[in-house]
Amino acid sequence: MESLINIKNLRVDFELRSGTVRAVRDVSLDINKGERLGIVGESGAGKSVLGFSIINLISKPGKITGGEIFFGGNDISKYSYDKMREIRGNHISMIFQDPMMTLNPVLTVGTQMKETILAHTKMSDKEAEAICLEKLRKVYIPSPEKRLDQYPHEFSGGMRQRIVIAISLLTNPKLIIADEPTTALDVTIQAEIMDLLLELCKTENMGLILITHDLAVVSEVTQRIAVLYAGKVVELGPTEQIISNPQHPYTQGLIKALPQMAGGADRLNQIPGMMPSLREMPTGCPFEPRCEISKEKCKTKIPTLTELETGTQVACFMREEGK
Amino acid sequence: MRTKWQRFKESYMLYSFLRDPVALGSFIILAVLVISAFGAPIVAPHNPYDSTTIDIMDAQIAPAWSDGGSSKFLLGTDAQGRDILSTMLYGMRVSLIIGIGAVCLQAFIGIIVGLLSGYVRRLDNILMRVADVQLSFSTYMVAIFIGAIIQTAFGVAGYDRVAVPLLIVVIGLAEWPQYARTVRASVLAERRKEYVEAARVIGLSRTRIMWRHILPNTLSPVLVISTVQVANAIMSEAALSFLGLGMPVNKPSLGSLITAGFEYIFSGSWWITIFPGILLVSLILVINLLGDWVRDFLNPKLYKG
Repeated sequence: MESLINIKNLRVDFELRSGTVRAVRDVSLDINKGERLGIVGESGAGKSVLGFSIINLISKPGKITGGEIFFGGNDISKYSYDKMREIRGNHISMIFQDPMMTLNPVLTVGTQMKETILAHTKMSDKEAEAICLEKLRKVYIPSPEKRLDQYPHEFSGGMRQRIVIAISLLTNPKLIIADEPTTALDVTIQAEIMDLLLELCKTENMGLILITHDLAVVSEVTQRIAVLYAGKVVELGPTEQIISNPQHPYTQGLIKALPQMAGGADRLNQIPGMMPSLREMPTGCPFEPRCEISKEKCKTKIPTLTELETGTQVACFMREEGK
Repeated sequence: MRTKWQRFKESYMLYSFLRDPVALGSFIILAVLVISAFGAPIVAPHNPYDSTTIDIMDAQIAPAWSDGGSSKFLLGTDAQGRDILSTMLYGMRVSLIIGIGAVCLQAFIGIIVGLLSGYVRRLDNILMRVADVQLSFSTYMVAIFIGAIIQTAFGVAGYDRVAVPLLIVVIGLAEWPQYARTVRASVLAERRKEYVEAARVIGLSRTRIMWRHILPNTLSPVLVISTVQVANAIMSEAALSFLGLGMPVNKPSLGSLITAGFEYIFSGSWWITIFPGILLVSLILVINLLGDWVRDFLNPKLYKG
């Protein structure tokens, strides 16, 4: 398989007055052409920061302080704002959580779509419009000719997210980063949008990074999952493996915390404690304070990702020993 | 496909406008005033700028309906024998040109400064301090100062020619920080919104995001202050003219008409001052009432029961 994007030891820090916050710590990921990767983790684990750092748009005071991101053979993490503009929206698109907010309320949908195309390629207004219509049809917007002249407030939430997806498709990107694309939508629409994304990725052979906290969504769409905890990848592997046979105690906790249909009316499981503050990281394994199986060793040393026979990589001393 | 005009006809804006008698009334009065002011050469019965038609023997004729009035001059004449009604219409045109011109200048400078200081954070401090300095000068002080210098430099005859642009510049320069602050405040609110982030993700340039995406979203407060500012600018001009620093008497604005007539008010010729005064007050009143309506309409939190 040909590699699409290769992230090596990426580190993102936020320099605050009260100290440095390490939001992403030595994350390495490799995504092949047309592959769909899910990034899961609880709030504050660094999922969105990771997504934004790929297109180099972390809000200040955040900064990439180490590592490389190879895309098409070049290290794009070192690109300047203006050089990065050629990649953003052109080769890599992003879809956000709330479609109510991501469309400009005072411009028609058509204007916003055409603008995206014209920012990256030189063509006439008519040609751009033809592309817009084609992409709107792809996301199943009925009578797209009429819709182009409408404003975002004239669309429903699900429709708007379709428009946002259509916008992200305009330039035929190789990779789409979807940051919780269905969180703001209701459940029936969620399924529709996820199916649409899945279908588009397959037909267009696009790579997808799906950032979410919803394991159900991830398990349906992605081929591989990376579990992020306190800015580190703690488990990485094929989707079925991680869902059915999680190795890291944190992943196990996440999956146990899902409500089960079969389990009866017991209390929901939850992982005790909270994610450590990114400012005061424990010296050892970041999950150690909440871990049920931790030992003395976990308090002092940080485990690294090690591959198991199942094909999953996991960062936990207890699993390494077990093998 | 609906045309722009059809959309406008179906819009909620027009509907709520037509249902508000104050707004509708103000708009009609304002429209009549503006049309008659700019159509003054056609509408006005006399041409007060044409000295050949003015007869000093007609001076201080009372309004047509009172004793000593003449049907030739509906609202009477002033001390030089000019027809008050015609002079008022011409004067209102001058006042409106200065008011609108000054507001355009204010908006132009203010929007650029506000946009830059709201979006480009490095410029914020310096631009806003400049605005603060500008605001700490009173409009009248600046105007009196510049007016006095120009009058000395150009002489009275030269001053007549530059009076209109000069007043536009003076009033425009004095008040632009109002716009800059309003625009900056809404840019600061808008730039945090996700559509700006999305525009960046699309790969648009900074200037394009600023002008195409943020600016249109900040225009509703700009529209609201514009109405107030037009009224303010007209008042400023009238006040300056009243002090003798605005329009010269041979090309009067409403303000200089009021001053010109003020000398005669105790000799019984009240109409020279009162009619331009009433016109000025009603002009500013209808602009402010319309401005109120625009503000209420654009602010959904302020529903009137």
